Amino acid sequence: MPETQHNHREIIINVENLEHSYGNFKAVDGISFSVKKGEIFSFLGPNGAGKSTAINILITLLAKQKGDATVAGYDVTKDPQKVRESIGIVFQDITLDRDMTVWEILEFHGRLYNMPPEQRRKRIEELLDLVELGAKRNERTKNLSGGMKRRLEIARGLMTRPKVLFLDEPTIGLDPQTRMRMWDYIKGVNNEGTTIFLTTHYMDEADQLSDRISIIDQGKIVISGTSWELKNTLGRDLIYLETNDNNAAIRLLQDLPSVRDVKPKRKGFVLMVNEDGTKVLPVVIDVLRNAGIETLTINLKKPSMDDVFVFYTGKELRDEPSGKIPMRPGGR
Amino acid sequence: MTLGFTTIYWRDMIRFVRFKTLLVSSLLQPALWLAFFGIAMSSSFDTLMAGMPVPPGAHSVGYLTFMGAGIIAMTTLFTSLFGGIVILFDKNWGLMREILASPMNRNHIIFGIGLSGVTKSFIQAVIIMVFGILIGAAFFAGFSPVEIIVGVAGVLAFVGMFALGFLFLSAAIAISMESPEGLQGVTTLLTMPIFFASNALYPIDAFPEILKILSVYNPMTLLITGIRYFVIGPDFIALGKHYQYTQSDILTSYLGLMLFTAFMFGLAWWRFKKAVVT
Ligand SMILES: Nc1ncnc2c1ncn2[C@@H]1O[C@H](COP(=O)(O)OP(=O)(O)OP(=O)(O)O)[C@@H](O)[C@H]1O
Ligand SMILES: [Mg+2]
Repeated sequence: MPETQHNHREIIINVENLEHSYGNFKAVDGISFSVKKGEIFSFLGPNGAGKSTAINILITLLAKQKGDATVAGYDVTKDPQKVRESIGIVFQDITLDRDMTVWEILEFHGRLYNMPPEQRRKRIEELLDLVELGAKRNERTKNLSGGMKRRLEIARGLMTRPKVLFLDEPTIGLDPQTRMRMWDYIKGVNNEGTTIFLTTHYMDEADQLSDRISIIDQGKIVISGTSWELKNTLGRDLIYLETNDNNAAIRLLQDLPSVRDVKPKRKGFVLMVNEDGTKVLPVVIDVLRNAGIETLTINLKKPSMDDVFVFYTGKELRDEPSGKIPMRPGGR
Repeated sequence: MTLGFTTIYWRDMIRFVRFKTLLVSSLLQPALWLAFFGIAMSSSFDTLMAGMPVPPGAHSVGYLTFMGAGIIAMTTLFTSLFGGIVILFDKNWGLMREILASPMNRNHIIFGIGLSGVTKSFIQAVIIMVFGILIGAAFFAGFSPVEIIVGVAGVLAFVGMFALGFLFLSAAIAISMESPEGLQGVTTLLTMPIFFASNALYPIDAFPEILKILSVYNPMTLLITGIRYFVIGPDFIALGKHYQYTQSDILTSYLGLMLFTAFMFGLAWWRFKKAVVT
C-alpha cells in the first residue's frame, strides 16, 4: 500500500484567514494553517479558544463567514457534499441517541455513510472488541457509563475510514488507561492512511499523538510546529528560581548571553536558556551571590508542552483566571 | 445514496415502538376520540335529525359515520403536524449533527421522517376504521369485498398524501425552531383554523362566505372529502345535507393535496438546505 508511505507534501486541509463571529464576538479571528496528508495535527488551546468553532466550519455544519477553507481538496462552501463524503467526526459533546442500543448506534452510522452491509457488520464487530463494548451491544446508550459513551462515540467515528477524521477533544472524561488505548487506536487508524485533526487541551495528548501542533488562543493561532520545535522556542532548558529580590535578580540575569528570555512567575521567575542548563546554572548562582541576592529555590528542567502552553497563552494549567477572559456576546 | 431515507425511517420506527407511552397513547387517542366524542355527539344529532325527510335514491348515514371520517382526518392532522418534533429533539440533543455532517443527502432526512409519519398515520387510520365499525359506524356499508379493498386503499392514499404534506411543514418549522415549546405553539396555532374551518364535524354550507372559501381550499376539507367518498360512498345524506361526489371531484381533491404536499416539500427542502446546527 503506497498510501501508507506518508506523503508529507500533499496538503489535505488548507485554511486561510478564517474568521467567524457570533454576533459581534469574534470566536475565530483570522487563522491560517494547513494539514498534510497522513498527519496527526492538533489544535491545542484553552476553553473558548475557538477550536470547536473552527472544526464546525471545516465539517460544514457552520456556514463559513470569511476566509478560505478546503478539506480533501474541496471548498467547504462550494462543495460541502464532497467534503462530507471525505470526513468523519467525533464531536466534543455526547451525541448518542439515548434510546438506541450500542449496536444500533453503529449500524445507523454505517448506513448513514452508505457502507455495504457486510463491511458494516464486520467493522461493528471489530470496533466493539476494540472499545470493549461487546457485552453491552444490546444495551441502550442511556445505560452506559460516561466513559463507555465516549468509547462508543470514538468507535462510531472510526466506523468509516474517512480521508480526514476530526476528533474534538476525543478523550475527555476517559480514565488514563482508556485514554492511552484510544491514542493507540487513533495512531492505528492514522497508520492506515487517515489524516487526523485533533483538538485537545491535554498537553500530553497533543505532545504524544501529534506530528504537528498549533496552539490557539482567543481565536488566533499563536504558534505552530512539531512538539520538538515548540519546546525549542523556549530554549534548551528552563531554570526556575526564587530569590529574596526577584526584580533585581531578573535585571542582572536577563543580560547573560546564554539567557534567551525571562518569564516572571508568582513567587519566582523562569530563565529560558540557549545552552545546556547544567553549564549555565553555576554562572547564575555566581552572579546572584556576587550581587548579594539570596537564592531560595532552584529547579532545572527541560521545557515541556505545559511550559509551551503557559508561555504562549499566558494561561496556567486548568484555566486559572488570567485576566484575559474573552468577552462573551450579550445576555445568554 | 438513493435509499438513504430508509435509514432515517428505520431509526424513527425504532424510537416509535420503543417509547411505549407514546406508542400506546398515539394508538389509543383516536379510538377514545371516536368513542366519547362520536357516541355523545351522534346520539344528540341523530335525535335531532330523526324526523327529516330523505330524498328517494340517497341513503342517510348517522352522525357517527359522518364524523368518523372527520376523526381520521383530525388524527392525521395532529400526528403529522406534531411529527416534526423528532427533528427538534434530534437538533437539541445534538443528534442532528451526526446526520447533517454525513454525506447523506438532506432530502432523505425529510423523506425518512415523512415516511415514518405516514406509517404512523396509516396505523391510526386503520385503527379508527376498525374501531368505528365495532362501535357502529356504517363504514363500507353495503360494499362488496373488492369495493372495501378499493375503499381502504383510497383512504390510505388520501391520508398518506395529506400526512406527507403536514409532516414536511412540521419538519420545516422544527428545523427552524429552537425549542419544543415554540413548535408546540405554532402547531396549536395552525391546527385550530385548519380543523375548524373544514367539514370535519359539520357541513361548511352554513359558514360565512369568507370562511366557506377558505374551507373549500383547506387541505383538511380535501382530505375529508376523499375519506367520505371511500368509506361512505359517492352519494349520501348526513345532518340533513345531501352529499354527492363525482370521480372528478375526488381527483381534483387529490390533485389539490398533491400540490399542497409538493409545496410543503419545497419549503422543507429550503429550510434544510440552510440548516445550521451546532
Ligand atoms: N453558538 C454560539 N453562540 C455564541 N457564542 C458562541 C457559540 N458557540 C461558541 N461561542 C463562543 O465562541 C467562543 C469559542 O467557542 P468554541 O466552542 O469554539 O471554543 P473551544 O475552543 O472549542 O472551547 P472548549 O475547549 O471549551 O471546547 C467561546 O467564547 C464561546 O462562548
Ligand atoms: Mg470545543
